[in-house]
Amino acid sequence: MLRILFAFCLTIVATTAQAELDIKQVTSPGGINAWVVEEPAIPFVALEIRIQGGGTLDLPGKRGATNLMAALLEEGSGDMTAQEFQTTLEDLAASFTFRAFDDSMQISARFLTENKEEVIALLRQALVAPRFDQDALDRVRAQVISGINSDAKSPNAIASSTFYAKAFGEHPYGSSIDGTIDSVTALTRDDMFEAHRNALVLDRLYVSVVGDTTAETVGAMLDDLLGDLPTEGPPLPDDVAFGLDGGITVVDFETPQSVAFFGQEGLERDDEDFFAAFVLNHILGAGGFESRLMTEVREKRGLTYGIGTSLVPKYHAEMILGSVASSNETIAEAIAVTRSEWERMARDGVTAQELEVAKTYLTGEYPLRFDGNADIASIMAGMQMIGLTPDYVVDRNSFVEAVTLEDVNRVAAELLQPDGLHFVVVGQPEGLESTQ
Amino acid sequence: MKRLFAALVMALSATASQAEEVTTYTLDNGMEVVVIEDNRAPVVVHMLWYKVGSADEPVGASGVAHFLEHLLFKATDVLESGEFSATVAANGGRDNAFTSYDYTAYFQRVAADRLELMMQMESNRMNNLRITAEDVETERQVVLEERNQRTENNPNALAREQFRAALFQNHRYGVPIIGWRHEMEELDLQDALGFYDLYYSPNNAILVVAGDVEPQEVLALAKQYYGVIPAEEQLPVRERPQEPPQRAERRITYVDARVSQPYLVRMYLAPERDPGAQREAAALVYLAELLGGSPFTSALGQALQFDTQTAIYTNASYNGQALDDGVFSFSIAPADGVSLSEAEAAMDEVVNAFLEAEIDPARMESIRTQLRASEIYALDDVQGLAQRYGAALSQSLTVADVQAWPDILQSVTAEDIKAVAAKVLNRDQSVTGWVVANQEEAR
Repeated sequence: MLRILFAFCLTIVATTAQAELDIKQVTSPGGINAWVVEEPAIPFVALEIRIQGGGTLDLPGKRGATNLMAALLEEGSGDMTAQEFQTTLEDLAASFTFRAFDDSMQISARFLTENKEEVIALLRQALVAPRFDQDALDRVRAQVISGINSDAKSPNAIASSTFYAKAFGEHPYGSSIDGTIDSVTALTRDDMFEAHRNALVLDRLYVSVVGDTTAETVGAMLDDLLGDLPTEGPPLPDDVAFGLDGGITVVDFETPQSVAFFGQEGLERDDEDFFAAFVLNHILGAGGFESRLMTEVREKRGLTYGIGTSLVPKYHAEMILGSVASSNETIAEAIAVTRSEWERMARDGVTAQELEVAKTYLTGEYPLRFDGNADIASIMAGMQMIGLTPDYVVDRNSFVEAVTLEDVNRVAAELLQPDGLHFVVVGQPEGLESTQ
Repeated sequence: MKRLFAALVMALSATASQAEEVTTYTLDNGMEVVVIEDNRAPVVVHMLWYKVGSADEPVGASGVAHFLEHLLFKATDVLESGEFSATVAANGGRDNAFTSYDYTAYFQRVAADRLELMMQMESNRMNNLRITAEDVETERQVVLEERNQRTENNPNALAREQFRAALFQNHRYGVPIIGWRHEMEELDLQDALGFYDLYYSPNNAILVVAGDVEPQEVLALAKQYYGVIPAEEQLPVRERPQEPPQRAERRITYVDARVSQPYLVRMYLAPERDPGAQREAAALVYLAELLGGSPFTSALGQALQFDTQTAIYTNASYNGQALDDGVFSFSIAPADGVSLSEAEAAMDEVVNAFLEAEIDPARMESIRTQLRASEIYALDDVQGLAQRYGAALSQSLTVADVQAWPDILQSVTAEDIKAVAAKVLNRDQSVTGWVVANQEEAR
């Protein structure tokens, strides 16, 4: 029987907007947990599934297997070839997304209420009975290899892949989830079945359902959909230290504008200082036009179209990352200004007024995110994956409000390392050379 | 990225019969007002669309429409430079703007009870901008870096610029929205102010407010803030140079060492959605789907990616959201070992075979169903609905045209598609572009 553990009407009270989100937590008869929001206004449903693991589960020598496997889930299953599967899906006017990320797999579906039974049966078939036909494997492999070749000539992709390789070496974080031309070329059907067996497992799976459905019916639906997946998968890899010291790495590439990808060690999502760091990062580089980096690098000096930073707490490592692009003649100045803002922030912290403005924005903006069934489903799946409970939706703004000036400035001094910041620059930057 | 610059803001929007709740007014000064009610969340999107875009720019000043868009975030008589966005942020909202060939739009997304403040600020910057020579110097660098980021650093964008310049022989759609670099470098305060003074006026604007609002309250606020701004008497009639009859196909090879995957593009001039006349455009939506929509079920995908391994990517697309001309195009990335000329010949063969064969009724029905469903999904995105109306109205369509479009799409027949295909797929009105890393690949 379906058990509804608890349901509560959450009112997110912000400075101005109040969003009401009635999240029901359910457990299916088969033991699958899900968060459900009933939203009958429009006759469709958004379903979001995340499974921890993703590309970190690639076996030695099989880099790119999880990514290729995910791309093949829509390429034939059960007794349907790729074309038969897609024809059926199109006739139902539904859409599926299957993607592998570094730490997770994402499975999303959007379907009309009237087609729910057929769509769930089709999605179940893709998830539990993929075919990995050789012709599909070869066709999609060629697409993946074309993408790898494109990345090799894209300044942005070169910058980030160089950065990650230097920071994480042999750990999966150190290489692209797409794999290399050699590793992808060598992948076989057996590798696909093995990657599938390892990545789609119940004990690391999180589900949310939003739209024209009821919590009472979700449990049975999920048992149908996912019940035949294996319970457990192989262990996840160990955590890895951020292994990149401060400095500059220049990668020569003939293009008019240099691209810089930069970062340093960060902090964990469940660190007690996370919210202080979150507010700090907002003021430094995440707050659009109002951020210090945007003000100094773009608005005052016209050195770039955009610069931004973000906290990136991954499952096995934590970083603060940023990027900026500027002409070959001016990138050195853009980097110098960025580094000096990093220093100023570490040394002087933020002002009381900056903190107040940041809090007002962050708390006011939060409820605006919950618009649209797919957005809400995605947020809720992400919350579950990092161990949050539904009441976080209500409490989150109070965590932001609780950050004090002392917190932010202590964290600025402790966390930001102007000398630990490493820039990978792709282009032909004037006046910049690699430091090591 | 902030201040995005949108070549195709709206993908082909589809259909719906249940429809959003829309109320419209026209203020005494000529400004149009569209209100879309959606009370699911206490949020509002406030958008102001000016019926002016890059295709309305004076000769020699390409990029000024987009440049001015950036400058609108500088000081006014009552707002300091940057204060507009800072105020939106301080109210927990987000703001942005975008420029296309036919329109320039500004929008904020905020809690519904902040609508009045948005109107107050947006109406203020319609007439009271106080930009300085220094603003112009710095912001010109920013837009040049934007061009670097979007175009100069991207061989595909550079190639596309060349192809469009060749497709349009007389129309300003052949000039990039962001501008040609040499003209952007010369843009000055007078260019920006001249454009601003002429085009930023209530009789050239459409207000779209979507979300948790009451239409009568929106109208009262619109009257209070926008209704008091006098109409621009000198506003020119919107007549832009049109295409002459095109008599010869054009072929271009764009060579750039940064290209990793050779590919080819064929663009044709095509009819756009016109007021009271959207049938051909609707048929072209089907034609694009049938020829190159889904790689699994379209003619090009099946023939070149499944029946043979000629291509790793195939696509057909149609953009009929334009004031003047639409564009219908194909793109093919050949498989390893297949030359561009072989891929192009294979593409033409598929298209010719399609024109001669019967259209599969099952495929027609499937596309019809998907278009109907996309209209239901569209209701989940209130900002998307706001964009749909803003873009259409700034491109001469009416609210009635927007609302008729889903039913017109549903009524398209195989005969309509055959007729429009015969008309549009005419090589004399086309550009074929090859994109390669070196001359050896151009074979």
